[in-house]
Amino acid sequence: MVTEWFVSFLSAAMISSTPLLLSTLGELVTEKSGSQNLGVEGMMYMGAVIGFYIGSVTESVWLAVGASLFAGMVGALIFGILTITLRANQIVTGLTLTLFGTGFAGFVGTPIIGQRTPQVIIDALSKVRIPLLGRLPIIGEILFNQDVLVYTGYALVIFLAWFLRKSRIGLNGRLVGENPAAAESLGIPVMAYRYAFLLFGGALCGLAGGYLSLAYVPSWQDSMVAGRGWIAVALVIFSKWNPTRAIVGAVFFGGLDIIGFRLQKFNLPISPYLLDALPYVMTILVLVMDSVSKKSVNHTPKALGTAYFREER
Amino acid sequence: MLRVSQLQTCSMRRKTVIRLVAILLALAFAALLLLFLGHNPLAVYASMLDGGFGNAYRLRETLTRTIPLALTALGISLSFRMRFWNIGGEGQILMGAFASTFVGLNFSYLPSAVLLPLMALAGIFGGGLWALIPAFLKVRFGTNETILTLMLNYVALKWVTYLQYVAWKDPKAYGYPKIPNLEAAAKLPKVFGIHIGLLLVPLLMIAIYLFIKSTKKGYEIRVIGENEETARYAGMSVGKIILGTLFVSGGICGLVGMIQVSGVNMTLNVDVTNDVGYTAIIIAWLGQLNAVAILFASFLFAVLLEGGSYIQTVFQIPEAAASLLQGIILFFVLGSEFFMRYKVHVWEKTDIAEEPQAPAAAVKEAK
Amino acid sequence: METPNIVEMRQITKKFGPLKANDRVDFSVRKGEVHAILGENGAGKSTLMNILSGIYTPDSGTISINGTIHRFHSPQDSIAAGIGMVYQHFKLAEALTGWENICAGPAGKAFLNKKEIIQKINSICSEVGLALDLEKRVLDMGVGERQRLEILKVLYRGAQILILDEPTTVLTPQETLCLFTIIESLKAAGKTAVIITHKLYEVMQISDRVSIMRKGKYIATVETAGVTQKNLAELMVGQAMQMELPHVCVERRPPVLQVKHLVIDDKVCMRKIHDMTFDLFGGEILGVAGVSGSGQKQLCQGLTGLQPVEAGEILVGGEDIAGLTARDIYSKGVAHLNFVPEDRLGMGLVGNMDLVDNVFLRDYRNSKGIFLDQKKAVEMTENLVASLSIMHPGIHHPIRVLSGGNLQKVLIGREILSEPQVLIAAYPVRGLDLGVTHKVIELLNEQKAKGVGVLLISEDLDLLLEVSDRLMVLYCGQISGIVDPRETTKEELGLMMSSIDQECCHA
Repeated sequence: MVTEWFVSFLSAAMISSTPLLLSTLGELVTEKSGSQNLGVEGMMYMGAVIGFYIGSVTESVWLAVGASLFAGMVGALIFGILTITLRANQIVTGLTLTLFGTGFAGFVGTPIIGQRTPQVIIDALSKVRIPLLGRLPIIGEILFNQDVLVYTGYALVIFLAWFLRKSRIGLNGRLVGENPAAAESLGIPVMAYRYAFLLFGGALCGLAGGYLSLAYVPSWQDSMVAGRGWIAVALVIFSKWNPTRAIVGAVFFGGLDIIGFRLQKFNLPISPYLLDALPYVMTILVLVMDSVSKKSVNHTPKALGTAYFREER
Repeated sequence: MLRVSQLQTCSMRRKTVIRLVAILLALAFAALLLLFLGHNPLAVYASMLDGGFGNAYRLRETLTRTIPLALTALGISLSFRMRFWNIGGEGQILMGAFASTFVGLNFSYLPSAVLLPLMALAGIFGGGLWALIPAFLKVRFGTNETILTLMLNYVALKWVTYLQYVAWKDPKAYGYPKIPNLEAAAKLPKVFGIHIGLLLVPLLMIAIYLFIKSTKKGYEIRVIGENEETARYAGMSVGKIILGTLFVSGGICGLVGMIQVSGVNMTLNVDVTNDVGYTAIIIAWLGQLNAVAILFASFLFAVLLEGGSYIQTVFQIPEAAASLLQGIILFFVLGSEFFMRYKVHVWEKTDIAEEPQAPAAAVKEAK
Repeated sequence: METPNIVEMRQITKKFGPLKANDRVDFSVRKGEVHAILGENGAGKSTLMNILSGIYTPDSGTISINGTIHRFHSPQDSIAAGIGMVYQHFKLAEALTGWENICAGPAGKAFLNKKEIIQKINSICSEVGLALDLEKRVLDMGVGERQRLEILKVLYRGAQILILDEPTTVLTPQETLCLFTIIESLKAAGKTAVIITHKLYEVMQISDRVSIMRKGKYIATVETAGVTQKNLAELMVGQAMQMELPHVCVERRPPVLQVKHLVIDDKVCMRKIHDMTFDLFGGEILGVAGVSGSGQKQLCQGLTGLQPVEAGEILVGGEDIAGLTARDIYSKGVAHLNFVPEDRLGMGLVGNMDLVDNVFLRDYRNSKGIFLDQKKAVEMTENLVASLSIMHPGIHHPIRVLSGGNLQKVLIGREILSEPQVLIAAYPVRGLDLGVTHKVIELLNEQKAKGVGVLLISEDLDLLLEVSDRLMVLYCGQISGIVDPRETTKEELGLMMSSIDQECCHA
């Protein structure tokens, strides 16, 4: 019985970790190139509402998913124009993006609160068991009997871990995030790289939001993202800008997110409302432990948060 | 071809003009959006203004909304001046509200004259202590304050949710999750039909303005904000100053929490902040951390918010439009700051390849 | 037949606002030679080379490489033409490895084949006689290694012409010799080298020809073999000017600062000062020489309370202030120990604040009550400005618009206002030209005459030799020796500043 509970719990944890994972990976890529975009929550909202809206109108899963990618990118683009080209303060711009995105989602979404995702899309995003691997005991059920976006998450982790280290674009992007002046002197177009990484990151954040509204809930509700965007920002730091660590963190926090409800079965004396605060408390602990630890080498991209002013020629 | 060069200084006049132009452009842009959605933008804006201060009642409502925005923004501006990105205003308000409600519920037998100041103090301490947590962690361990204060917002929110739904749930509310109302003794008195928090606004504005500009502590805060190293070099105990300032900053937010509970809601619930903590950050930035500008910006935003809920009824435009508009305005203002620091030249490409023979030819001619 | 010019720059003009950084400059380099560009700070040599390397575009003039006219719109164009610039301030990403820093850039295969790339770099290494651990992260590399990395970076991109911008600023005399050996190997391998410098001694040592620039104008090109340092100095400054900086003889007084067995660790627990003991006498200038990273920074910060002290005593006026914070040292009313930091617009002054705010930085605490004494602040500022003839656009203007020389005057002026007994001046004339340097040294000498003990830290050995009464050499956090500047030589100093094993000194 306990094993059953565990497998069911971890399987659900993989699902609830996916929006976290996608947005964390997105922000991770963005930050690797030097931009700190705190508008993750806003981009997730934009992706969620646009993805849902397009999905309910077209009933096409491709268009819906594509729309949430696009919406995230638009949010990132606004951030990019303001911070990269116009050199505005990244923190305030990111916060504004969150305000804007949340407002945007409220604006578009209020009339359709309660509306359910079209069944076609729900079916398209339902669980698919991977042949062979899905038949493995325990881990087969947990890891390989999930929906396509969860698998996308895995693929992205592997892809990004490899791409950032082994590809030229990955190297150049990292250089831009470490020392943009050096990158410039080597002929790397700094702004172009920052935009590219930022837009890619924004797309992933939009996708994370789309996953929430199209597959996870799956209907349109008020306050859907519920602070996940902020946990993602924390997770990027927690994972030390490493995609492999990011998935570990995402699963951990995804699990924490749903554990309150599940522990109710065991009639614990702690109110589920208090347990709700657990992910946030854990993030704080992780952050503090990280900053206390003396031997932690600083993995922060050195130029994170700074605008790059190219000298006039 | 465009060339960009840095400006050495930017006059206050130029800055104000640029900001106003940005706000106007933002309104124009939003107007286009409204048109696209089939509304008459002028009618909508007029309606917003009408809803904001069209009559005495609405003006009072707007002012009631202005109070927490202005006070919180003023409080936050103190920490921002030190480049301490305290985005925990929400949480500090909530914890202040919690602390003062605790006092209000448990000491309701006390007369107003004693109860209210006690509640105010509780509010200040609630918010102040909540702000001390990230301040201490930053000073001691260098922990990133942005994420920290954010997470604490959510912890505070969950805590109040717990109180509302479980610990302090009113058994007499027919199952509806609600904390009991406070007694009359805990209600803030009114002036001009608005609770006396109104008087606090100009008082705090002047106090903070003078504080930053003319006091020693204000000077220290400014130096720390410009360059922490310089502050240390000058012998300032940076850590202590950060802790002190954050306590005051959070304390002001906590006081706002008390005011909202005692002057507006007469109870504590999860909506007590109404996102003021986040909006106030934007107002503080818009106002360039200047006390007077913050006041104007707060009023503007309050009008937007009040007008926003008004047009919801009139035009069926969701209330979230107000946040959307705020976001658009701020985007434009953020973008406009570029023009305060840089100048754009339209520059013709000069032909850099001079003919080497030309001077020689000229010399030949001269001969 | 004359060796053809591999680089020819004709009538190059470049303006930055009202400033003419380059005024119709002609400059040419022969293939295979080592060519030095000599000039003071602000002479325009860096600007000229930045134009050659594509960072700036000239307002007018032409550039030809091997006879073909080129227009460089970006550093990439210049790199494509075979020019490689080795910057004074290294452009390296510390978190990345050596080979990653070398091969990054838009050109090359889409996927990195580490083995192949390292192999290619190693073959270049053997060609020019360089050795470097490419898999090391830059973070773990010393200054000399980083410079070699920068050189490899340009060679990797096929540079035939290398431009080195003030390459020896951060090197010890021994590392400098190492660099010169590399330059000789490059020459032997058929490369051409252009060295930007203001150090006459090195020009004489390494170059074949030298071009002199002054105030944006090209002056002359001479064969190095045919000139003396004095000739070059004259050409550089324009008149047979007295090169010497003033040195005053003052009677020595009792020590104002006594350091005993000082030990300081830095933030990552690396020992930066090992058991240091010395005295600073009143009425003297004690020069402190040493390669950057020898512990100067920690010494300054330890003495002024900006850095905790592991062990030892620091006696000022007989009282031990070791380990006290800057705040405590102040409040104790101990005879002031004032510090003129190297970072003018960093630690010492706040660029965005005005003169009044900056001048008041030391004194603001003395205002009574909670308010600042604005009147006093303005008075102090006006007095300071007048007495030191500081040029400024207005006392309420942000001070970052002031020139380096004026900033330095503000900084020193402010520190001596409180009549200190000990004055620590770190790199006070860095980046300043000869005229302003004189003024600054005058200020220090004035203090010396008053009986103040001055600790003068500088990387300029010539300066130290001329101005100091005694000269203390640091190496790896220890005192290699304290010598009489009038009795020692630069070679002796160079030896004291380094050793065969250069493990521990990195910037």
